[in-house]
Amino acid sequence: MDKMRIIEVKQSVFADNDADAEKLRQSLKEEKTFLLNLMSSPGSGKTSTLVHTIQNLSKDLKIGVMEADIDSDVDAWTIAEKTGVKTIQLHTGGMCHLDADMTRQGLTELGTSEIDLAILENVGNLVCPAEFDTGASKNVMILSVPEGHDKPLKYPLIFTVCDALIINKIDVLPYFDFDMEKVVEYAHKRNPNLKIFPISAKTGEGIEAWCDWLREEVKNWNQTS
Amino acid sequence: MHELGIIVHISKTLTEVAKENQISKIGAVTLEVGEVSGIVPDFLTDCWSYYRKKNVLIEEAELKIDTLPAVTLCEACDKTYPTVKHGKQCPFCKGYQTYLITGDECNIKEIEAC
Repeated sequence: MDKMRIIEVKQSVFADNDADAEKLRQSLKEEKTFLLNLMSSPGSGKTSTLVHTIQNLSKDLKIGVMEADIDSDVDAWTIAEKTGVKTIQLHTGGMCHLDADMTRQGLTELGTSEIDLAILENVGNLVCPAEFDTGASKNVMILSVPEGHDKPLKYPLIFTVCDALIINKIDVLPYFDFDMEKVVEYAHKRNPNLKIFPISAKTGEGIEAWCDWLREEVKNWNQTS
Repeated sequence: MHELGIIVHISKTLTEVAKENQISKIGAVTLEVGEVSGIVPDFLTDCWSYYRKKNVLIEEAELKIDTLPAVTLCEACDKTYPTVKHGKQCPFCKGYQTYLITGDECNIKEIEAC
């Protein structure tokens, strides 16, 4: 390896992904498909929240779901069985997140031309998915009551990149030292524009307000050119 | 473990850089990693050792990491301070109108190649 020379690259590692994501967002806009990137830690209730959300919105919108996991297809089966919408399973092959290119491949498989709202259930993780732009129209995260109200302090980036925060499992609030005022304060410190929706995917409480917001966002995205 | 994902992206970018510069072999890669980028340098090096074998271009390349200090600017008092020590709250005026200026980057700075 003689004659080595130094080449200045000066490029962000995320630059190619950011470019892919922007391209994907543009083409989704043209196709009038809204892509929702849903992130959370494992066990926060992403899948059950989705079931409620789809049942609420499916009369107004054509919905498709991509379930991303390291392995298995249990979530895809649950969604398909309980809601009847088209669902595909993506395997990340050990990777802890989806990037824009993987998302694009998933969307091709799902077929976006007939779909108003495509939902990507990202891998359960609060760190890595926040780093990689998937090309989504909006990013939403779920935080559940048992996880604690200090999460915006511990995982700041994900609260910064999200447009809305769903606080799930409010039915168990009496059993946990979860401070709702604190979590709102911490989250808004990170991101003053963050919309916050306390819900229970078990009792259905709060689902309507969250779905109204999402319906409005999808409408705006798919109307304006 | 998003370090592996990052390495995959670095490998992709380097393949393009190599094409543009007619390079067949890379001997070393220098990264700039910010203090608060959330990237663990040790993990990054481990993932590099594993993944470089999958791309002939970088299979013998050494990974060097330059750490960039994190600096936050307070909008209210227009002063900067070290992020790691004080976090989001400005140590001067105790306000929260603060923004990270540097420290979250992950850049490929340069490569040694032939």
